[in-house]
Amino acid sequence: MRRSVLAAQVVVGVAALALWQGLVALHVIDPFFVSQPSEIARRIASWVRNGSLWAHLAVTVEEALLGLVVGAAIGIALGFVFARSPFVARVFDPYIKMLNAIPRVVLAPLFLLWFGLGIWSKVALAVTLVFFVMFFSTYQGVRDASQVIIDNVRMLGATERQLVRHVLVPSALTWIFSSLHTSLGFAMVGAVVGEYLGSTRGLGYVISQAEGTFDTTGVFAGMTILAIVVVIVSAGVARLERWLLRWKM
Amino acid sequence: MTAIEFAGVCRDFNTPEGATYRALDDITFRVDAGAFVAIVGPSGCGKSTLLNIAAGLITPSIGEVRVDGQPLTGLNRRATYMFQQDALLPWKNVRDNVALGLTLAGAASREAHARADAWLDRVGLAAFAAHYPAQLSGGMRKRVAMAQNWIIDRGLLLMDEPFSALDVHTRQRMETELLSLWEGAGARRTVLFVTHDLDEAIALADDVVVLSAGPASRVVARHRVTLERPRDLMELRTTPAYIDLYRALWVVLREEVVKSQRAEARRA
Repeated sequence: MRRSVLAAQVVVGVAALALWQGLVALHVIDPFFVSQPSEIARRIASWVRNGSLWAHLAVTVEEALLGLVVGAAIGIALGFVFARSPFVARVFDPYIKMLNAIPRVVLAPLFLLWFGLGIWSKVALAVTLVFFVMFFSTYQGVRDASQVIIDNVRMLGATERQLVRHVLVPSALTWIFSSLHTSLGFAMVGAVVGEYLGSTRGLGYVISQAEGTFDTTGVFAGMTILAIVVVIVSAGVARLERWLLRWKM
Repeated sequence: MTAIEFAGVCRDFNTPEGATYRALDDITFRVDAGAFVAIVGPSGCGKSTLLNIAAGLITPSIGEVRVDGQPLTGLNRRATYMFQQDALLPWKNVRDNVALGLTLAGAASREAHARADAWLDRVGLAAFAAHYPAQLSGGMRKRVAMAQNWIIDRGLLLMDEPFSALDVHTRQRMETELLSLWEGAGARRTVLFVTHDLDEAIALADDVVVLSAGPASRVVARHRVTLERPRDLMELRTTPAYIDLYRALWVVLREEVVKSQRAEARRA
């Protein structure tokens, strides 16, 4: 099963690329607008050779990971507080919703103003994206914990802190992990959009430079690298998840 | 000595319509230390509510519960509670589930595991220590729950229809195991066992308390079960003494069951 899925995935990918390349070769579509796979591959290879790829990629990944860690930490912590205190949850509910409704792109120039052109304005943007996803899923996950299990553990002598550790955290982990995949994508988006709007380094910068000169090959090469990175990191998260949630069968 | 005593316990709930619903009304009885007392009653009569009050998970609206002579405030720290539903922690393996009560009390993990293993041996699950609850059958999960409850040494065992979800044969085996644990313990623990099944109540208990149909359930009868111990549950149900007891109690319970069914029909 796993093998045939993998084989089919390769077939789909190769077919899509071949179709793209073929349509360009037959002059059905104009490579000026969409470039072509062979050109994109050549461009990526040249970036790898001259070393510029790693420098830009490292910056983007650093921003995204910082955004992910900080956003997740705040989101999970506040999610717990809200879930354990209905009063706090009800007081802040409209404000959380208001903040979540702000389009993050609007915030990006503000963050540039506040945190400068360096990595922190991008980290801040990633945090605003990751925070809400993690916050809502933690909140749900904690509230979703089985009342019978909570009662049982309390009868067995648990203190409030032990209850959090032995029941609420493990129970919320399922939800937290399912949103971690989404958060990861969002963290990358935050970093890249931040770079795109104002920076001197990073993949978003590379893409925006390429767009400035109508270099579609450069744009597609940048997007390809982003996609590959997200797939690799996602696979890592999935492994961690399988191990931590091994009791789920 | 009295292990637990209900003194004029009433419990009201608010209905969604804003009215008050009285689930339990003036429940008064006492349970001797070391006795096995079954509470039976038609469904919806507040049996589980009564047990939750004994556990301290909910408080009486009027009246009080006394545990070993002391009024109960907060959770009942002298009791363990075996729930009707699955209450094992699905993310902990069997050994960690059984050891949980010790871990929570601050025992070193090696000692807690050693004692958990000894208990797993007693309930016949030594080979499953590293399994997760999801990998066990319903009967095995109940055994783990029993070990989880028995490992912490508390005088009072509250059990809320613990075997009702099991098939009839597994259930009889679990009842036998429960009795042998209870009869085998050095100092007998007090058991308060809620069930809707009169059969199970008579087979296990020293005393059967019958609650009336809700709302406002009260104690309508209390019968002493004079069957000798140790009891052989495979044979017990066909003995004349058992059948006489069953008849006597069924007359009382049947009336309540009929009342509760009529009330249900009126609501529908």
